[in-house]
Amino acid sequence: MNLRPDLAVIAARVQPAARALDIGCGDGALMAALAEKGCDARGMEIDPELVERCVSRGLSVVQGDADRDLADYPDKAFDYAILSQTLQTAARPDRMLDELLRVGRQAFVSFPNFAHWRMRAALALGGRMPVTRHLPVSWYETQNIHHMTVSDFRDLIAAMGVKCERAWFFAGDREIGASLANLRAEHAVFELSR
Amino acid sequence: MAPAIATKLYPLPSPLLLDGGQALAGVEVAYETYGELAPDKGNAILVCHALTGDQYVASRHPVTGKPGWWERMVGPGKPIDTDRFHVICANVIGGCMGSTGPASAASDGRPYAMRFPVITIRDMVRAQIALLDGLGIERLHAVVGGSMGGMQALSLAANFPDRAARVLAIATTARHSAQNIAFHEVGRQAVMADPDWQGGDYYGSGHAPDKGLSVARMAAHITYLSESGLTEKFGRNLQDRDSKTFGFDADFQVESYLRYQGSGFTQRFDANSYLFITRAMDYFDIAEEHGGLLAKAFAGSPARFCLVSFDSDWLYPTAESRHVVHALNAAGAAVSFVELSAPHGHDSFLLDVPALDRVVKGFIG
Repeated sequence: MNLRPDLAVIAARVQPAARALDIGCGDGALMAALAEKGCDARGMEIDPELVERCVSRGLSVVQGDADRDLADYPDKAFDYAILSQTLQTAARPDRMLDELLRVGRQAFVSFPNFAHWRMRAALALGGRMPVTRHLPVSWYETQNIHHMTVSDFRDLIAAMGVKCERAWFFAGDREIGASLANLRAEHAVFELSR
Repeated sequence: MAPAIATKLYPLPSPLLLDGGQALAGVEVAYETYGELAPDKGNAILVCHALTGDQYVASRHPVTGKPGWWERMVGPGKPIDTDRFHVICANVIGGCMGSTGPASAASDGRPYAMRFPVITIRDMVRAQIALLDGLGIERLHAVVGGSMGGMQALSLAANFPDRAARVLAIATTARHSAQNIAFHEVGRQAVMADPDWQGGDYYGSGHAPDKGLSVARMAAHITYLSESGLTEKFGRNLQDRDSKTFGFDADFQVESYLRYQGSGFTQRFDANSYLFITRAMDYFDIAEEHGGLLAKAFAGSPARFCLVSFDSDWLYPTAESRHVVHALNAAGAAVSFVELSAPHGHDSFLLDVPALDRVVKGFIG
């Protein structure tokens, strides 16, 4: 199975037999990979059709809105709370991060980097909100209400006292190094703890 | 009197201890089975029926001659596939399709009528567990139910956590709300206001409280549908006439439909059973049975759970399912939940909702 590269690094990092909550689990691709490793994987997804697809492949997924329904889970219910490509849709990304590190001992967060050079160029030269392969939706219909950059994210977690255990950066579907990541990375994955 | 019905009967070997404190002796459970039981008895699925349902989940009803109430879900090649699973469906105690209920004979040979003990959903489940014991089935592959059937599934999970590997509860709740109780009380009062009810002792009198029971069914039936469903199906259309009669005949199609539903119901259902079963539902509150905390009811449960609600169901709305999901999450149980979009109100779980078929099939595995 071909896992998206950000999901692949998360799947590789999660310890076997761990308990993981995949928030915004989509069609359950990561959950299935985690289940294969013997993890107890649970999911939350807002789209009922995707939930139905997950349940019909035997995954435990709850239809819910991460902004509201993470509150249902007790403290440290999971070894990992995973939020892939969803933080930028949260009403309050800072509170969402707090919730992730409340329900999970560790968290993985992946997000598109709005400071990638192609974005900067589109905005600086084109003068319009960028539409790219990773952010393919126009500004008026996107669910991404809090665009951020790798540097923004680092600032936020530092201000929140959240520790970055490790970070991965991607351009296209390739992993790239950390140097000039804020300029070169199209999206990023952070492993966090508190 | 209980109608003579061809069904499998399991006589409980010992009295059934009830939540009300009584021990009910001589209990019989009427049930149907579909599909082969595997040699290791590991492929059994218990389907629990709703308030006015019965054990004929996938076979012709002996009184009405209609197909089983969930034939779209249970059968060969269906989401609950009887080519693979051994499906058991039992009439609840208190019912009127062969299991011991108010129309059954008490030790003095006369029908219990209102001498029948007030039972609970958990008592119904105890009878189902006794049946499983009798059939030698230690652990169900799954327990499945919608509405009151879902209540039994949740109650079974809470009270007998090792008896089912999967729990599928559809369009249901962990407690009856004030509104649920209120509608049931209307129904019961309609039955008891019928002079033919005779304090419950109508058996053999030649007069049953059909009018009262019919009104109860009409009121309840409205709660199973949705406003938009009713509007779409009937609107303000007139029944077999061109204009209003300025009288109280069933001018409107919706009136005619409800009257038909009401009178049809009295052909197959015992009024006292309706009183006892609605009472059992009203008493239902799993949290109350477990120290007031729903999460405690499911603590340490090894089962996988799946809850399904429908967006047009205002009888057991999505919030009730979410309440259960919240508790299951707090208990650390493996739970899935989805709210499906369907236009039919509470009855959606019985009707053509392909997404439900997919969820059931996927969850059952």
